[in-house]
Order: sequence, then structure tokens, then C-alpha cells
Amino acid sequence: MMRGTLFSRFYLVALFTFVFAPIVTSMVFSFNSDRFPTVPLGSFTTHWYQTAFARPEVWTAFGNSLVVAACAAALSTALGFATAYTDFRYGFRFKPAYLALALLPPTIPLVIMGLAMLAWLGRLGLSGTLTGIVIAHTVMGAPFAMAICRLRLSQMDPALEAAAWNLGASPWRTMRSVVVPFCLPALISAFCLTAAVSFDEFIVAWFVSGLNKTVPVMILEILQGNVDPQINAIGTVVFLTSMTLVVVAQLLILKKSAT
Amino acid sequence: MSERPSAYPYVWRLPLLIWQGLFFVGPLVLMVAMSFWLVRNYRMEPDFILDNWDRMLGRGYFWDAYWVTVWRATLAAILASLIAFPASFALAFRVSETTRRWALFFLIVPFFTSYLVRIYAWQVLLAESGPINGVLGWVGLGPFTMLNSGFGAMVGYMTLVLPLVVILQTFSLANIDRNLIEAAWNLGANPRATLVRVIVPAAKIGLIVGCVFAFILSFGDFVSPFYLGGSKPPTLSILIIDTTKSGQQWPRAAVVAVMMIVTLFVVAFAAVGAAYGRRK
Repeated sequence: MMRGTLFSRFYLVALFTFVFAPIVTSMVFSFNSDRFPTVPLGSFTTHWYQTAFARPEVWTAFGNSLVVAACAAALSTALGFATAYTDFRYGFRFKPAYLALALLPPTIPLVIMGLAMLAWLGRLGLSGTLTGIVIAHTVMGAPFAMAICRLRLSQMDPALEAAAWNLGASPWRTMRSVVVPFCLPALISAFCLTAAVSFDEFIVAWFVSGLNKTVPVMILEILQGNVDPQINAIGTVVFLTSMTLVVVAQLLILKKSAT
Repeated sequence: MSERPSAYPYVWRLPLLIWQGLFFVGPLVLMVAMSFWLVRNYRMEPDFILDNWDRMLGRGYFWDAYWVTVWRATLAAILASLIAFPASFALAFRVSETTRRWALFFLIVPFFTSYLVRIYAWQVLLAESGPINGVLGWVGLGPFTMLNSGFGAMVGYMTLVLPLVVILQTFSLANIDRNLIEAAWNLGANPRATLVRVIVPAAKIGLIVGCVFAFILSFGDFVSPFYLGGSKPPTLSILIIDTTKSGQQWPRAAVVAVMMIVTLFVVAFAAVGAAYGRRK
């Protein structure tokens, strides 16, 4: 048994090393003075951050990403909450098909979504716009938002709503004063998670974006050139942003489900 | 509740139908239709011809790409399941509940974190003159060529799918009824028999779901085969991008996409059959 435990520990450490190696690598080499990353390391520098963030297009890309992520997250969260509430409250014909439609998007390969969106948004006159990216990211984010909200709703006593109605509150009033406050942590959590999904998505955004690039699309295009340590610097900022969002999203759910 | 039919339920039910109908089902239906369209003078015209299908499915390079993609995704799914299992087993049975919760917490983070930048980091790590070859050089090994090979692509696939597979496996293993395992012990089963005949069958659904998700994600991924695998041989996703980005051959790219979706459906249904089949 002891030997088994020791092996387990070792194996878990190895696995987590593999999973986090790329993230740590990016961060370490973003402060490394050598142009070509290798060991031993050169000296400490913030040069790559300075050069990367001296470029106006980097700021533009971050601005685009923030706007797209905020809009897509707000829409995804609203859509996800409405769907989760429908699933929680109502039974109706074709509900399995309804739920399948709600949860299917993440299983379609992004390259295919990219191609389909490119053709569709082109017809609607939205290709090459940030609106187009927001639309695509909302499709992809809504299922995650729905899952989070549904989890929270399942912790709510269904009698709570009924009690509010019996006390004379309209369904709308009940929604505003009972259901939404109860789900607030899940709503914020869903917002953060879907913002992270949008902030990191690059394939559909690349197909659809045209000249309005988001950060990962810009990285993708830099990557097609040579090794450039600026990517490590930009990448580190991207990592910290999306990791913060995902950590906050998780803490909000964990804390609430513990009580 | 009021007897009067109210708009209330529909306000919650309809947004999803409208949005996903308009921006999920719509685009996919258009894409399927597009695979039958005609391209003339670099412009697409709605039509119903089988020309694109003929041209794509009649070419050797399509089938080469198809089988490479299927083979790699299968390999990635099996490898990920095997690599993940000892870790999931450890998380389910060998550590405290607090440790498990934090481990899952830290596995969810990378799943949602900048896959593209992580692949770039692997490009740095695996390079001919990169840190890994540097360290191996100190002990007199290498340098090994790890980039632009099947190995490189596989490292990328593992980066993409391992966290998810571990999460799914851990959930299903941790939910096994402990009495089942104790019963096997009490009846004199050795650890190996307990694992093979009790634990794995009891966690079957989670294990299969993990494997299928690994297949789906690897099958559709284009970053790993492109940036770590050197895009030779091309996979289907690379084929779609090349066909779309170079000129107006969207209908042919749509053919590839439809073939991919059909393949994923077949795999998913086979997996559901395997997961829930043979149950009395």
C-alpha cells in the first residue's frame, strides 16, 4: 500500500509537470534575454514586454479581445441562464432535442465551425466584423454557461419559487427577487468562464475576423513567421488573464456549493 | 399559477432556439448545402451538383489525409486514456478528498487556457537546440528531432486532451460504490482482478466518454499537427484551412467538413453503444 501511494504521488507530479510545463516555460522565457530560447538561461530582462507593448497593433488586439470577450460572455451567460432555467422549471415535448441543441456546439470541431460561420456571416454581411466574432463565441460559450447555471439551480429548493408565488409575487417578481439573487454567483462564474473561452478562441475568430484581429489571432499570425520571444511576453499576459478568469469562475461555484 | 397563457415560459425557452437556430444550425446547414454548389470564375453559385464530392473523394490525397487523421486521433485517444488512468486512479483512491478537489481545480484551469500559446511553448521546449535537448545533452544524449514529426503532434494532442480525460475518468472512478471494491477484496480477488473485473467495468461509461472526447478533440484539432507535426502529412483540418484560405474552393472544404462530421457521428454512436450496451 505504501509503495502504491508513493508511485501515485510520483505519477501525479509527473502528469502535472507535463500539463503545466508549457505555461511555466512561456513565463520563464518571457523574462529571458536570449533571443533563441535554450538552457542555460540568459539574464533577466523585461525587454520583450517593452517591445511587444510598444506596438500599437498589440494594444488594438487586446482592446478587440476585451470587447469581444465581454460581449460574448454577457450574451452567453444570458442565453445559458435562460436555457438552464427552462430545463429546471419546465417539461415539454422535444425537450431532449432542445437540450441536445443547447449542449452540442462544443463537440463540433472549431475548424468546421470556422468554415460554416465564414460562409454564413458572409451572407449576413457580418464577416470581418467584431460582431461576427461575438456571435460565434456566444454559440460556443452558451453551453458552458448553461452547465454552470444548471448546477446552481439544482441546489435551489423548487418550493422556494412556489412560496414566493403563494405570497403573491408574480413570476417576474419572483425571478428578480428570488431566482436571480440565488444564482448570482453562478452568473458571475459563467460570465468569467465564457469570457475566458472567448478570449482564448482563435480558429473561428481567425476565419471570421478579417482585419479586426483578436489577441490569439495576432499570435497565430506571428507564429507563422520566425521564433519571436515577444510571443512569450504576450502569451504570459494572456495566460494570466484567462487563468484569473477560470480561477475566479471556479472559486465562485466551489464556495457556494460548499455552503 | 395563472390560468391565462403567459409569455413567461417562452421568454426563457425561445432565446436558445432562436440564437442556436440562427447561428449554429443555420451555418452548418448552409455548409452542407454549399458542398453541392458550383464554383465558376472564383464565385460560388447555388446549385446541386456532385462535382465537389467527386473531386474530393476521388483524390488520393483526401483519403491519405482522412486515414492519417483517423489514425492519429485513435492513437491520441488510446494514449490519453492509458496515460490518464493511473493519475485518475490515484486521484480517486489514493489521495484525500481535499487533494482531489484541488487537483481537479488545477486541471480545469489549463483546459480553458490559451491552447495556442501552450503549443508555442512546446515548440520552444522541443526544438533541436531547445531546453529539453539542452538538458539531454548534458548527460550525453541527443539531440533528438522532436518537432515536425508524429511525436511532436502527439505531444500537442496530449496537451489538449489530457486534463479533460483525467477529469472525466476521476469523476467516474470516484463515484464507484466502495462496497463493490470491498466485496471483491473480501471474496479473495487480488488487486489486479479487482481492477480489471470490478473497477474498470464499474467506471466504464466515464472511461469511454473520456476516450471519445479525446478522439473528437484530436480529430478536429489543427494547431498540433500544423505547428508541432509539421503539417506533413496534412490532416483533414489542415486540408480544410488550405482549401478555404487559398482561393474560393469553399464547397470542397465543405465536403471535407461534412465527412468529418459524419465520422464523428459514427464514432460517437459506436461509443454510446459500447458504453451502454451489454447491460441487462
